[in-house]
Amino acid sequence: MEIIVNGSSENLNKSCSIYDYITNKGLTPEKIVIEHNYNIIPMDKYKTTILNDNDKIEVLNFVGGG
Amino acid sequence: MNDFLEIGNIKLKSRLFTGSGKYSDDSIIPDVLESSGSQVITVALRRVDFNANENVMTHIPKDTVLLPNTSGARNSEEAIRIARLARSAGCGDWIKIEVIPDNRYLMPDGYETVKATEVLANEGFIVLPYINPDLIIGKQLHSAGAAAVMPLGSPIGSNRGFRTEEIVRIMIEEIDLPIIVDAGIGKPSDATKAMEMGAAACLVNTAIAVADNPVLMGRAFGNAVKSGRDGFLAGIGAQNTNASASSPLTGFLDE
Repeated sequence: MEIIVNGSSENLNKSCSIYDYITNKGLTPEKIVIEHNYNIIPMDKYKTTILNDNDKIEVLNFVGGG
Repeated sequence: MNDFLEIGNIKLKSRLFTGSGKYSDDSIIPDVLESSGSQVITVALRRVDFNANENVMTHIPKDTVLLPNTSGARNSEEAIRIARLARSAGCGDWIKIEVIPDNRYLMPDGYETVKATEVLANEGFIVLPYINPDLIIGKQLHSAGAAAVMPLGSPIGSNRGFRTEEIVRIMIEEIDLPIIVDAGIGKPSDATKAMEMGAAACLVNTAIAVADNPVLMGRAFGNAVKSGRDGFLAGIGAQNTNASASSPLTGFLDE
């Protein structure tokens, strides 16, 4: 299946939760923000939110800024 | 003397807000916060770089007030979206609204900023909008629920100094909100000038971050802001085109 992550397409072998996706990427859930199909996903919903074919997610974090 | 700046129920002792961008090494941010005394720092939200795994939050002490900005937003809808995302990250209710459709001079869009302010203030955000100095936009932001108004001193990152003082002076006089001079402040004396005139605070990023010694420059800005504030509170004497002797001109020698 294919999902769009931060504007780029990515192939996943099977559906997985947002939690599994980001921890597989080596990211710490507390340090990022996720938008799933334009809805903000609170951290306590990462494990129960499943990524499906054609879903769009934005994975964001804080960077330096003025 | 108890002189606090109160914004959104937080009482701040320091009137210097700092930014977290442009440091050659983010690990000196805690030292800059300490040397400058700054209690508020801005951050930005961006797409994760899966290869870098860097996060500026690692370097920001926990007791610092976070002021996420909406940089990258080109209209009110995008600013609102970024603000909601930032809040969901658990970094509090403060938001610096930046709506910038102009890439050359990074001039903010006042109309879109007012729209975003109204929506976000209604959602309980503590909204600090960044604008081009303008009395009417400032008043509209007040009506829209802004907690402060942040007019620019000169273009973002330009270090050109406090070039908008005449308009900012009018805003300080006429708008019943803290006026925080943000952007373009290039050297400590620029900040002092803004504070002497009655600005509530200054936000400085580039001038500190790109200095040869950012920790020392942080201290210089902390002192400059305090000095200007004290000058304002003390009441600056009136100017006169004629001389006015400091000692009596009578009562000595032949007189």
